[in-house]
Amino acid sequence: MLRIENVSKDLGEFTLKNVSLDVKDGEYMVIIGPTGAGKTILLETVAGVYPPDSGKVLLLGNDITHKPPKDRNITMVYQDYMLFPHLTVGENIAFGLKNRKVPKDEKETKVHEVAELFGIDHLLHRYPDTLSGGEQQRAAISRAIILNPTVLLLDEPLSALDGQTREKLRKELKRLHTIFGTTIIHITHNFEEVFSLADRVAVMNKGEIVQIGEPDDIFRRPESEFIAQFVGVENLFRGACRKQGDGSYIDVKGLHIVSSTCVSGESVYASVRPEDILISREPLDASARNSFQGMIAEIVDNGMFVRLSVDAGIPFVVVLTRQGYEAMNLSEGDSVYLTFKACSVHVF
Amino acid sequence: MRRTRPLPDRCLISFALIGSLIVGLTVLALLNMTVRELADIPHVIRVATETRVIDSIVTTMGAGALAVVILIFIGTPLAYILARTNFAGKGVVESLVDLPVMLPHTVAGILVYILFMQRGLIGAPLDAVGFIFEDAFPGIVIAMLFVSSPYYINSVREGIEKVPIHLENVARTLGASRFHAVLRIVLPLSSRHIMNGSILAWGRAIGEFAAIIMIAYYPMVISTLIYYRFTTGGLKESSTVAFVMILACFVAFIMLRLISRALGRYDDRV
Repeated sequence: MLRIENVSKDLGEFTLKNVSLDVKDGEYMVIIGPTGAGKTILLETVAGVYPPDSGKVLLLGNDITHKPPKDRNITMVYQDYMLFPHLTVGENIAFGLKNRKVPKDEKETKVHEVAELFGIDHLLHRYPDTLSGGEQQRAAISRAIILNPTVLLLDEPLSALDGQTREKLRKELKRLHTIFGTTIIHITHNFEEVFSLADRVAVMNKGEIVQIGEPDDIFRRPESEFIAQFVGVENLFRGACRKQGDGSYIDVKGLHIVSSTCVSGESVYASVRPEDILISREPLDASARNSFQGMIAEIVDNGMFVRLSVDAGIPFVVVLTRQGYEAMNLSEGDSVYLTFKACSVHVF
Repeated sequence: MRRTRPLPDRCLISFALIGSLIVGLTVLALLNMTVRELADIPHVIRVATETRVIDSIVTTMGAGALAVVILIFIGTPLAYILARTNFAGKGVVESLVDLPVMLPHTVAGILVYILFMQRGLIGAPLDAVGFIFEDAFPGIVIAMLFVSSPYYINSVREGIEKVPIHLENVARTLGASRFHAVLRIVLPLSSRHIMNGSILAWGRAIGEFAAIIMIAYYPMVISTLIYYRFTTGGLKESSTVAFVMILACFVAFIMLRLISRALGRYDDRV
């Protein structure tokens, strides 16, 4: 639906080199990559803020490479909200409708509808500087979505928010995508956003797209050292989350990983930090809810730390201090028990 | 019990004392003149109601205001270009914009005169259609425009630079053309700089003397009139005209302050 063909742009400080990307209708595309990788210019080029030096941008089959931003029906949300400070929240949200000369009654109804959806209906008469970060970003997203954009561009929309607000807004973005089915391109540094939102992920580095694929592909089968380093997430599992008593577990290929939190859905992700896993030769009689038997598949000595790959039906990575490792006298092929708490399981 | 008061900061006190010299000088000059003038109030009233004086003040302030209005229309687009774009030769353009600040006023006056005089490059063709600069109101305006333009352009440019470009980008993705984004987002958020630039330029314009008399000795602006009275009627005549001008400026200044205070709240949000 949105097709970026060999787009290059040199802005001096930031560059795009021969970037091609195909985004499907209704897809949630997430772009990740280190700072300065050219992610923002890519979005701004799609929005039409800059004309590319070479290459083409096609939307619904039409060449929009040199169309001005106002005629593209592609809207954008920045990290730092960028609400117009001299207009009220209501006027901000109505800005696009006003440009389209929508009649006043219809405009007001629509503004209220969208504001209600984001729970900022009571703030419409206020000025942006009196709002919290979360409220401001809700207003900014409302302002962008009210035009029913063909593509919605989000440039690190949650990065400026505190943890709790970020999580809430992430869920709202997911809901928004479900309700409106808008095609979204979302830039982030946060892997939780990748897993909870993305249909596909594109990894950018030095102005180029280095890998495109489903989150699983990128994280499990990184195509280069750079990507592996960049996404460095270990003990990442995918399965269905089930409630059980006062807790819940994730069914990963028959293995039940008990977790203290749960996200509804047949396909959720869970991760356990390698240093949160205890390793022992005999089963530990501890309060920890997760205990699995496995076999040491590989031992990698990193000097200060030792990394063990343990096959317990699914692969686990465990990190031990050098002292701990030597005291246990472990070797490849040994049978061990892995133990970790339910609250060490991070579900998203 | 003795109340202990915090020791005042010595550095701040000495700065305040040194700084008060300059404020004191202005106050002294104003008081000195006021006391002298108020000794003969009927004379002040006679001068203040003199048609030539009133005409001259109106001409000066009016020409200054017109120069500022023209600057708003042609200086604002230039300020936007300088604030938002990079191009080859930008440094040269910037130097040319600043040039009138550096030039001695008489030099500025000659530059303007030979361009706009009746035989001048621009003056001649306009003279043919009956538009005259030499010894005419338009001549005053054009001289004022030339000398005051850098003050306006640089101030507005600074204001536009302060408005995040992302705000403009967002407006453009929301269906506004670049022109509308400038009109509805960038300029309102630079309103205080536009106001300050206008006041600076206006002040510079009404203070101009040398550049104006080169092209338009008549109609007399206030500086010309004061100089004329000084050379013909002496100190008493000229200082009373000056005193009346001070009062007029004072009133104008207070009014401008009131307006800019309202605008100040407007773009402090950026």
